[in-house]
Amino acid sequence: MPNLDESVVREKIRVYITHELIRDPDYDLSDDEGVITGGLMDSFALADFAVFVEQEFGVYIPDPDLTVDKMDTLNQMAARVLRG
Amino acid sequence: MAAGASPMLTPETRSTFATLLDAAVLRRDRRDAPAIIFLSTDAEPMVVSRGDFQIRVRAYAAGLKRLGVAAGDLIIIAHTQNLESIYAFWGTMLAGAIPSMFPTLTEKLDPQVYMRNMNELVMRSGVRLIFTSDEFAPVMAETADCPVVGSSELSGLTHDVGAQDLFLHRPHPEAIAFLQHSSGTTGLQKGVALSHRAVLNQLASYARAIELTPDDVIVSWLPLYHDMGLIAGFMQPLVQGVPLILMSPFDWVRHPAMLFRAIADYGGTLTWLPNFAYNHLARRIRSRDLAGVRLDGMRMFINCSEPVRHDSHRLFLERFGSVGVRWEMLGVSYAMAENTFAVTQTRPGRPPRLDVVDRRALETLGRAQPADSGVPTTTLTSCGPAISQTEVKAVDELGRSLPERQVGEIAIRSNCMLTGYYKRPDLHPFIDSWYLTGDMGYIAEGEVYIVGRKKDLIIHAGKNVYPQDIEAIVNQVSGVHPGRAVVFGVPDEREGTELIVVVAEVDVDDPAARKRIARDIRQMVARKSAVTVSYVKLVGPKWLIKTSSGKIARAANREKWLAEQYPATGAD
Repeated sequence: MPNLDESVVREKIRVYITHELIRDPDYDLSDDEGVITGGLMDSFALADFAVFVEQEFGVYIPDPDLTVDKMDTLNQMAARVLRG
Repeated sequence: MAAGASPMLTPETRSTFATLLDAAVLRRDRRDAPAIIFLSTDAEPMVVSRGDFQIRVRAYAAGLKRLGVAAGDLIIIAHTQNLESIYAFWGTMLAGAIPSMFPTLTEKLDPQVYMRNMNELVMRSGVRLIFTSDEFAPVMAETADCPVVGSSELSGLTHDVGAQDLFLHRPHPEAIAFLQHSSGTTGLQKGVALSHRAVLNQLASYARAIELTPDDVIVSWLPLYHDMGLIAGFMQPLVQGVPLILMSPFDWVRHPAMLFRAIADYGGTLTWLPNFAYNHLARRIRSRDLAGVRLDGMRMFINCSEPVRHDSHRLFLERFGSVGVRWEMLGVSYAMAENTFAVTQTRPGRPPRLDVVDRRALETLGRAQPADSGVPTTTLTSCGPAISQTEVKAVDELGRSLPERQVGEIAIRSNCMLTGYYKRPDLHPFIDSWYLTGDMGYIAEGEVYIVGRKKDLIIHAGKNVYPQDIEAIVNQVSGVHPGRAVVFGVPDEREGTELIVVVAEVDVDDPAARKRIARDIRQMVARKSAVTVSYVKLVGPKWLIKTSSGKIARAANREKWLAEQYPATGAD
């Protein structure tokens, strides 16, 4: 797996979420904000995120890891991507 | 599979079925045949044979009886989509009571708002008890105006079922079998009361329309509190004795490939999907998830419950043609809870007809005239002809039948309509035996085309959303000028459904304060309505367009928003 820099991964995911999922590029998304439990995006977005991660970072996240519990915040998402 | 089986329910065999308790799944023959295979991402498949099903359903009926449930009582099942809620549903019917599936409380939802709506239903409809998961039973019990029973409590009462628990109760064919709660703004949901006779009539006519055989296998992820999930993806297979491969909508929406794996693994032939699902599947299944999956054995993917978009079908075919999807597998049905389910169905083995009409004539004259070359066009997908024993017409505002290709309100009459709205004698669903659907459309060469809705209603991902409900929530957000919020739906190519837009007037200019308001709007709507807002636009005074009487005009504000959002193309 290519070396992924944590801050780069986090920023790429942040931009993806605010532009593609929340559809508000000005949105101030914090690292530990619950994006699904907070109502910013619906659970469809988890499947979209899985596709994004595969295309952007070459990481395949298996279905059992794609749950609201495990993927609700930017921190959780970035950590999962870095695990590969 | 078909050898020795009892005959299926069709218009020809209809008289051999008196009530839903004559369902194949409750019959004594072929008790080893699979009734339901329940799939989930985090557990092994659960295979329930007809024999197992009968034992469980009888036990649940006994448990409900021990809780004091009597014939005619209304039982709300507001549970996770799982086998327990299914046993409770059939157990309720076996006990002679009336079940109704309801969306469950979730962690995202505000329990107070959820329970306020539930108590409205309890009060209006006289609910005997609510069955829910152990997780939410204590929260609901705090404020519910009727007993709330959790999974453990009910299953604890299902042991030692003896002869005294045998059910000799045979409902009358005209008795209410169950309620479907569907359309209606928050707190005013109507219980669509369906008799055994109506449901059996629908299943018979619909089985004919889709040419159902004992070799079919139905695969469904649809929620059972929705007519498409309850009738097509649940009652039909269980009554007919066709295997049902079922999953939870929560699970499927996060893991869309599980539908295709189920079709491939269990030989699925039929599934029903709202339009957005074609986009969701086409865009969100990763190529690795398609490894080894073939869909050649499918007979139909039936598009139902939100406006059908030709582009969604095309996208689906482009993506999945290589794994065996063909045009002629793409069916369409127009359906509603008041007709039990289907009103129309396209013919199996043929792609739906496309009608290319003159856009201007459609918009200004309400006429669907085939387009001459060179004029702007709109392409509409046919919903097919009416199923047998259902009649369809388009009517004008005075209720007069309109000629072919003239747009009017769709009216229906059939042998499978609701008995009435449950305990709502003030509501009269029929006018001279016809039911007015609120959908606008036309008939051409015997097939039905839907062009829109009579009232403001957003259909978001197969779910009806009333703008006034969302506006009421937004008006409570601090910083929003009360009464100065408007909500509407906008079509979205990518998602294949309508997305929800909120425009709200605020007085502040401070960017941080505005961000806080925008965030609060999204969070409040999600907590109080289970709907996700896609766009929030905050505006100053004078942006919103009002009618001469000072009311906020949804359509005009929608046009204005679209023109600002997509300046190059203008509205739509």
